[in-house]
Formats: sequence, C-alpha cells, structure tokens
Amino acid sequence: MHKLLADDSGQKMLLLGNEAIARGAVEAGVACASTYPGTPSSEISLNLFQISKESDLYFEYSTNEKVALEVAAAAANSGVRSMCMMKHVGVNVAADVLMTLAYLGTRAGLVILTADDPFMFSSQNEQDNRYYGKLSGLPVIEPSSVAEAGAMMAQAFDLSEKLGEPVIFRTTTRINHSTAVMELGPLKKRVTTGHFKKDPLNYVCVPAVSRKLHVRLLENIARAEKLADASPYNFVEGDGCWGVICNGVSYAYVCDAVKDLNLEAKIRILRIGFSHPMPGSLIKGFLKTCEKVLVIEEGEPYMEEAVKALAQEEQLTLTIKGKDKALFSRLYEFDPAMVRRCMADFFNVPHTPVDALDLSGAPEVPMRPPNLCAGCSHRAVYYAVKKATEGMDTVYPSDIGCYTLGFLPPLSMADYVVCMGASVGSACGFSKVTNQKVIAFIGDSTFFHSGIAGLTSAVFNNHDFTLVILDNRTTAMTGHQPNPGVDMKELNLDGYGQVDIEALVRALGVPHVSVIKPYNIKKSIRKIKEAVDFKGVSVIIAREKCVLYAKSLKQLTGKAFYISDKCKNHRDCLNDLGCPAFYLKGKKVMIDADLCTGCALCAQVCPEHAILPVKD
Amino acid sequence: MNIKRLIIVAVGGQGNLLASKVLGEAALMADVPVRMSEIHGMAQRGGVVESALVFGDADSTIISDGEADVLVGFEPSETLRALNKCNPQSVVITNLSPLSPFTVTIGKGTYPRLSTLQGFIKAKTARLIAFDAAAEARKAGNVMAVNMVLLGSLIQTGVLPLSEENIRQAIKTRTKKAFVETNLKAFDLGFAAAVGV
Repeated sequence: MHKLLADDSGQKMLLLGNEAIARGAVEAGVACASTYPGTPSSEISLNLFQISKESDLYFEYSTNEKVALEVAAAAANSGVRSMCMMKHVGVNVAADVLMTLAYLGTRAGLVILTADDPFMFSSQNEQDNRYYGKLSGLPVIEPSSVAEAGAMMAQAFDLSEKLGEPVIFRTTTRINHSTAVMELGPLKKRVTTGHFKKDPLNYVCVPAVSRKLHVRLLENIARAEKLADASPYNFVEGDGCWGVICNGVSYAYVCDAVKDLNLEAKIRILRIGFSHPMPGSLIKGFLKTCEKVLVIEEGEPYMEEAVKALAQEEQLTLTIKGKDKALFSRLYEFDPAMVRRCMADFFNVPHTPVDALDLSGAPEVPMRPPNLCAGCSHRAVYYAVKKATEGMDTVYPSDIGCYTLGFLPPLSMADYVVCMGASVGSACGFSKVTNQKVIAFIGDSTFFHSGIAGLTSAVFNNHDFTLVILDNRTTAMTGHQPNPGVDMKELNLDGYGQVDIEALVRALGVPHVSVIKPYNIKKSIRKIKEAVDFKGVSVIIAREKCVLYAKSLKQLTGKAFYISDKCKNHRDCLNDLGCPAFYLKGKKVMIDADLCTGCALCAQVCPEHAILPVKD
Repeated sequence: MNIKRLIIVAVGGQGNLLASKVLGEAALMADVPVRMSEIHGMAQRGGVVESALVFGDADSTIISDGEADVLVGFEPSETLRALNKCNPQSVVITNLSPLSPFTVTIGKGTYPRLSTLQGFIKAKTARLIAFDAAAEARKAGNVMAVNMVLLGSLIQTGVLPLSEENIRQAIKTRTKKAFVETNLKAFDLGFAAAVGV
C-alpha cells in the first residue's frame, strides 16, 4: 500500500513537504486531482498519481495548467472535492480560467496549489503568486513548515466550501523540498461521483451574469477577510512592543532569530498564513500594540504594502519597514542569518555576526554545470542542426525542458528562451522581421502544452522557419511524467489514448514535415538541410526515447564504445559533443564504458573512424 | 536540545539523499527533532546536490553561510566549494575520490590538487577527516556505499545527537534489504576510518 494511504491517525512520519501536502489532500478526501508537472511541485502529483492507481482517487496529467484547472473546477462544481497543482509560472497559463472561476465560485472544495520558487532553483522567474489572490479575489493560504503544509491542506477544502470559492494554496521551494515529521490525521471518505445541477445564471459567464457574479465575488472577499481576521493561520506570539509581521518560511527564521538574539521579551510576532484578503482588523490591532514594525517576507512587498495602507487608515505614524536597501531585498530567498542580521539592525540590538571563514587563497574550484546525459538524443539533434546550418546566420529560439541545457558550450544551441511554448511564437516574430535563418526547438511535452497554438498560427500566417520537435517520448526534465504522446502500455497502464505528433502536425497543414532518427547523423543532417532550405513552415520530428527513460523501461540495448589506437587526437568528439562519458587520460580521450550508452554519435563524428564498439 | 547543523554535498547519483533519509529516520526513532531541506532537480544531469539537516530545537530547514557544525562532502572539490558553510569550529569530512567535472575533462578548468585542498581545509577548520571513501565502500562490497562509509565517519565525530545504534537501526529498516549487510559494513569501515584523525 502507498505509505500516504496509511489509515493510522496519530502516526508520525518523516515526509517531504510535497508528500505532506499530498497526504493532507488525501486526508481531506480529495477525489479528483489534475496537474501539469513542474518543479518544485512535481512530487505532489507523483504521489497522487501513484495513489490513484491503488484507490478510487482520480488523477490526471493534463496537457497544461489551464486544462488541468478546467478539469478540477468542473469536477468541484459537480460536487467532488478537487485539487489542481502547478509551479508558480503554471498559474500564468491557468490565469484565464482562474480569473473568471473566481466569479463562478465552487460547490465542493477546490484547492489550487502554486509552488513558488524564490531564487529560481529550477524556474525562469521568481514571481510572487500571492498577487494572484489580489488579482482574482480568491483566498490565499500559505504554510510555514512541512507539518503545517500537511495540516493546512487537510483543512483548505473546508475553507473553500465555507466561502464557495477556490482556495489558492501557496508554497515555496523550501516548503516543497524540505523534510520533517508530520503527524497523520484521520482519512475522510472520498466522494468520487457528483452531479452537475444546471444553473445558467450562476455558471454561464455572459456579461449580464458576470455583472451579478462580480458583486457576489466582492461580498465573498469581504466574508473572507472576516475569516482571515479570525483565522488560526494568522496568530500573534509574544507580547513585546517591537512588531514583526512575517509569513511562510520567514516565520521559521524569525523564531530562530528571536531565540538567538534573546529578544523573547521584546518581540511580538504576527504570523500571516491567510494572506488574501489580508486580515485588516487583526493587523490594525497589532500595529496599535507596537512601537515599530518590521515586515519579513520573501519576494515582493505584498504584506508591507497592505500593512502600510492599514496604518494610514488608522492615522498611525509608527515606523514600518520591510523591503529596503539596508534591510530586505525583493531578490532571491532569505536565510536564517540574513533575517537575524536585519532584525538586529532594525531593532538596534547587538548582534555578533557569524565567524565566517576567510576563503581568500582557496584553490580554485572548477564549475560543475549540469549537462545533457551521456547518450542523450538532444545532443545528436543539436550537432546535426549545427552541421546542417554551418555558415548560415541563424537564430535558435528554444523552450523549457532538459534540452534547454543545450545552451551551454560546446553545443551552444539556444539563443532565446522565455516560457513554455514560446519557441514557436518567437520563431514567427524572428523570421518575419529578420533575414536570419530561424530554427526553433521544443520538446514533445512542451509542444503539447503550448506549442501547438504557435504552430497553427505559423501555418495560417505563412511564416518561414523550421521547428524541431525533440520527441523523447516522455516529460524528462521533471521526472518522466507521461504526456499525450507517451505509450502508456509500456508502463503497464491501461485506459489511456495516445496522440501521434506526426499525424497532428500534418493535420495542421504544415507543408514540410520530416521525421529523423537523431543517432543516424548523416541522414539527419540531410533531412534538416532540406527542411531549412524549404520556404515556409517546416517541422522536423526528432524521435528517440530519453536514455534515462529507456533505461528505466529496460530498453537500452546499445553496447559501450571505446577509442581505438586509430585515434589521432583531433578531439572532435570531445570538443563538439561534450558527452559526459568522455574523459582525458593524460592527453588521450577515453570513454567511460559505465556511462556510455552506445548511441554511436561520437563514432560517426570521428574523422578517423577510431571509435568502435567494445567487443564481448 | 542543542542545535547541530549538518551540510551534505555530493554530485548527482552519489546517494546523498539516502544518507539524509537515514539520518532523518534515525532522528525520528531517537526522538531528536530534525528538519532537512535539499535542492534536487538536476541531480540526474550531473549537477551538485546539497542537503541541509538541522537537529535540535530550531525551526529553520536551511543553513546560512558559516553556520554548519559539520560538513560532509562526497566529492573533494565539492567539499571545497561548500566550505563557505563552515566556521573555524566546524568539522569537515570528505571523500578523497574525485569525480572530475566535465569542465575539467574538456580542459575548461583545473581540478585542485588533493594535497592543497586538504591543507587549505585543515588550516581553516577544527578537524578534517579525509580519506578515499570509495575504496572503503569497495572493501565493504559495493562502491555505491560511499554514503554509508561517510555516515560512519560522521557518527564517529559525535557532533550529532545520534548514536551509532540509532543509525544502525535506521540502516536496517530504511535501506533496501539486499544492501543492509553491505551498508552496515560500509558504515563500520567509515567509523573506523575517522578514529584518531
């Protein structure tokens, strides 16, 4: 049985934040869950996916976050507790649904989880999604610890039902990817089947209906503010007159700093865990008990702006600071020492900075950037495109996935990366206004996510570029989640359909379509040249299973290669391909047989034909 | 309870997440408060994996620069890279078996000399335990058991509020059955390697 299904209330379990969140949802009786995978949220869905295979929980990997939210919202409005999870930038994709869903509201509990990523450990930006609460009018709750994340999730569905609105559950990477002990709660029974009651005056958002629903939304926000004022997630600790208002992981750093600085008698903390709407009365009351207030929040000055506005309403003139050149930044994540130093500075108490090491004179440490795996087919595609476009003035828009790593030398095959699916739309713009050859790259899962719309537009507007779909038959970057192109039977999972990318692209009317097997370099280069020479939209589908995925399916059959005596040390293999299976022994290039997957790319690149398969 | 902070650094695939899990489970069994955080995602693509573990009465799950009581490095250059987490009182344990970063392989960087690296760490911190953990793991019967070897050395230092018996119990119940014997042997070899250093 899946460990998160344990019906053992009171048991203590060491859980990853994302496991605790999944457990909380299961405890609440969530019956329908949907997602598009994205770090740092991915393990929540992975666990719910596994749980769905051994229970009556319905879970799906949708093609993108917008679809995922539409699925969950319809299920919730049919009376089934539902959940939808995504990384922070996924909410941008789902935002169109989110904004009007707030007007519609929800019948059964609906929780939308956004996993924000301060410092951008694995993201393209560090947007602060609390503002989505303000923008949509929906309630936002945010935990400060792993255990609280689990408990809060278990209650979030009740809050949603109480308000008749979806709840935004906001985490940050240090909640998702921290591990701590959680005490399991009781499991609520899942209600998996609902019934949609027709009610067009509440569900069909034509202008006349929406004008009425917007009024209701504002009423719901007012009700939510009352709940926020009384919420156990917004609490005051300590009875000093130096105020600290904090949220999320910052609360943990504040608690440690208060002890380290011996400020227990001086400090009064207001921890905000229900942050939209901000609890106005609670904050006003808090401000009146303080001489000065420091707002401690990662990201944007979301709380600080609200607190300052509330102080103005009350004609309070105390000092309120947060984001400030001398205090906290809007950039990156906080850490315990930073919070301790800023608190000491702001409240003017002595503080001994840590005895840091003087690391001047340390031997230089070589960089260790992540690299495409040994045998990764993206490397072969990039090499082939490079060869096919030699001497041309090119632009390579790329997209979000493992293949983004191709921007690093020696491949250097990404010039412009914005967000999911943007490679295609960007290619349209580049090709229209420049005389450069535009070759865009997108992965299979990203193509399904949001590349199709760009390609459709390109065909209609008759653009001139080549799109290379790197079809590695899985969603590799986030941990090999399925996508609509995946053959689920290979995973012994029944009941799924499958979408053929080639048929889809042809059906869109793309005038020049070719399929390549990337490890066959000569043929690939020839086909890429044909596609690039074609005037109009051309698509190349580079079809080869991700090596890690193939390995997990026990489908890797290639034999390792070695570099024979014929080697004259041109080092084209090493310098042009940068495969991590190569290493230098003295001056000679060698291949690590344990890493080599036998893709034979280097054997085809070697001008001396010196790279040969290992004989048995 | 006194707060003890541990940083573990490794290259993806070296098994540091399992080492953290064993420590976490051992703490849970011994009723020692524990919180940890890790940065993963690029692990399978040859990047650096860092775990922070905080034992005792603290709320934070991450560790600021200069605040680690003990640093365990699964790879010597990564140990050196993470030295900013240490202070003069810190204990450092490092494997001396290098995994050359690809930048070095293609001639875009130089790997530091192991003797210089050790000399530098030794001069800056309270205690350095450095040995070829891969060799000890091979002796135990599995080169992948570097993580268990280093756990052995870590427990020998006595910095963490966890006993040898706590860890043995966690290895027995939380690592794969087929590997338990090898893992325990590796743990013992790592423990022995740290004695008297």
